[in-house]
Amino acid sequence: MRKSSHILIAALAVAFAGSALAQKGEVVKMVRIDAQSGLLGPVGVNQLKSYQFFAEKFSGKGNPAGVTFEVTGIDNKLSPTESLNALKSAIDQGVRYIIQGNGSSVALALTDAITKHNERNPGKEVLFLNDAAVDPDLTNSKCSYWHFRFDADTSMKMEAMSSFMAEQKDIKKVYILGQNYSHGVQVAKYTKETLARKRPDIQIVGEDLHPLAQVRDFAPYIAKIKASGADTVVTGNWGSDLSLLVKAANEGGYTGNFYTYYAGVTGTPTAMGTNGAGKVYQIAYSHYNMGGQMDKWMAEFKAKYNDDFYTGSVIRIYETLGAAMAKAKSTDPVKVAAALDGIRVDSFNGEVEMRKLDHQLQQPLYMTVWQKADKKYPYSPENTGMTLVPVKTYPNYVSSTPTSCQMKRPS
Amino acid sequence: MEFFIISMLNGLSYGLLLFMLSSGLTLIFSMMGVLNFAHASFYMLGAYIGYTLSGVLGFWPALVLAPLLTGALGALFERYCLRRVHPFGHVPELLITFGLTYVVLEVVQLLWGRIAVDFAPPPALQGPAFTLVNHSVEGLRWVWGAVPLTLCSAADASLRIVCSPFPATRGFMMLVALAMLLSLWLLLTRTRIGLVIQAALTHPDAVQALGHNVPRVFMLVFGAGAALAGLAGVIGGSTFLTEPAMAATVGSIVFVVVVVGGLGSLSGAFIASLLIGVVQTFAVALDYSVGSVLAAWGLGLSPAWQASSLGHLTIAQVAPILPYLLLVLILIFRPRGLLGTRDA
Repeated sequence: MRKSSHILIAALAVAFAGSALAQKGEVVKMVRIDAQSGLLGPVGVNQLKSYQFFAEKFSGKGNPAGVTFEVTGIDNKLSPTESLNALKSAIDQGVRYIIQGNGSSVALALTDAITKHNERNPGKEVLFLNDAAVDPDLTNSKCSYWHFRFDADTSMKMEAMSSFMAEQKDIKKVYILGQNYSHGVQVAKYTKETLARKRPDIQIVGEDLHPLAQVRDFAPYIAKIKASGADTVVTGNWGSDLSLLVKAANEGGYTGNFYTYYAGVTGTPTAMGTNGAGKVYQIAYSHYNMGGQMDKWMAEFKAKYNDDFYTGSVIRIYETLGAAMAKAKSTDPVKVAAALDGIRVDSFNGEVEMRKLDHQLQQPLYMTVWQKADKKYPYSPENTGMTLVPVKTYPNYVSSTPTSCQMKRPS
Repeated sequence: MEFFIISMLNGLSYGLLLFMLSSGLTLIFSMMGVLNFAHASFYMLGAYIGYTLSGVLGFWPALVLAPLLTGALGALFERYCLRRVHPFGHVPELLITFGLTYVVLEVVQLLWGRIAVDFAPPPALQGPAFTLVNHSVEGLRWVWGAVPLTLCSAADASLRIVCSPFPATRGFMMLVALAMLLSLWLLLTRTRIGLVIQAALTHPDAVQALGHNVPRVFMLVFGAGAALAGLAGVIGGSTFLTEPAMAATVGSIVFVVVVVGGLGSLSGAFIASLLIGVVQTFAVALDYSVGSVLAAWGLGLSPAWQASSLGHLTIAQVAPILPYLLLVLILIFRPRGLLGTRDA
């Protein structure tokens, strides 16, 4: 069945060759290399489901190019080494579109490997669609023409978050806690830099990096944060590293605020429960109550998987890829990359732009706070009865940050 | 002050959990001379079986049944696998327990999946066991259970009140470990079976000659060790996390505990467990860097060294490797461990 449909598609492709819609009906195979096991596995599993859910929505008539999207996953156990093996096996299977997000350490390794692969194998180029790795280096000192980031990087998120924090007069002492790898280090660096610029009176009373996805018990860290007298914790933690931190904070009676990147991600809503009301903030490019079509999709996703959809970049990737393939009239990665370069697409919250300079998607950011779900903001993740309510929106021109990227473009 | 008390209790409760594991491991070693690599796998099995049983029967029956089941599995493993390779010496015994760790890991992943399961403690253990209320004027107070929020926030801005609750799960963990230590000690020193075990430890041939079934004693000890690991699993799994990597994480630490305490020494394992639990907890809180420690000793580093990442490395950052560092140091300077009797 599968084989015959492939033959049919090939025949269709031949039939349409040279016509205006050469790519119509083609199957675009994509592989997501991400963690599907271990402490951070639940996040990767949720996102793979999201890709497969939206592949149905965006295939065929769902995209202007009329192509069919097919996504499979390879478990990389969050290890850069395993990811490179996964990349090799994906390329050997003829896959030309690689997706990854969790772990900037992995993203840096993949960008490097893909850039080299493309240099050495002309005609077999591979595109890297990054949906969540937010280390600014990926679009600055280590930027690559073949890498496209759909999340907002740490420089953008911290710029917006610090603007919001600067207005909160009750913030006096801040503690920075992060995971000990590129992402956690960058969050700490940008937190200190932006706060020093906007609120020099805020004291950084402590800074800690803990091993990534290793800590089962955050009680010692909470005891330390309490002893430091911090009224606010800034953290880029995600997955179990955030949910266990919040759990330990509740058990340890810590009453300060949390400024986070990923409070809405699997596991953390349950850990926050009603105790986190009004105390946990999140900066992100989308939230649970975007309205319109998104609400319907989220309800459908929940009905189908009994899980919450939170990775808006999934939708953005399908939208921009579809538009780029229609523009390029091809699914060839080289032509699609050229079309993606600087593309503008209308997304679920207005126009977004894949900036030509560094391939960083320019998009609005939302500061949200954890509180009771109500009529206006009804979506409640993990059936907690709570939701993330937007308190401030930062449009594209505000969230945008400069880049030092000097990428090598194919001639 | 409340930081010290809470951190100490955190450290002690973690140390006591380690003791529940290491006691079984060290008992099996002293008895059979087998370093059971799969011991932490029984810990994981206990957690997963406890998770499944608590879904059907509730937490408390699971707390009793899961260790018994794990113990039975351990006894079966001893009877049908370990005993068969016993005549071939220690290396095959070591290898078969090593192989068992992989089998258990894969079986657990097949049955329960590769990501953490939601094993929550029972309602009675959710919430604090007691709360320390530190009032800037009235001083430190001890209150059983939770404290109303109004008590923790001062109406007067000049007053500072800090409430530090201590989770009931951890209190329960300490209680169970201490009860286990006591009953184990009573069993070994005050009962007939304990005497037979102790005798079989040193003079198995003589015990056999007196008409005792020594292989059966071995099986019972192995089963009991696995059951203790299973008990630790139910408690540890519900307090922390129940996931496939839990065996690997705790397994290496448990080996450190038995080597540091002295192979085969129960009291050594007890001291080493507490030591490592407390060291790991407090190390997180120490922000002294290598550079600042050396400077305090009057050995100022050159500016280049101070700026380097090594000079900035704090004790908090190296906390995860401290137990292994301790292991290496003990093996160099006191190979038989703190309370060990035999020389390695």
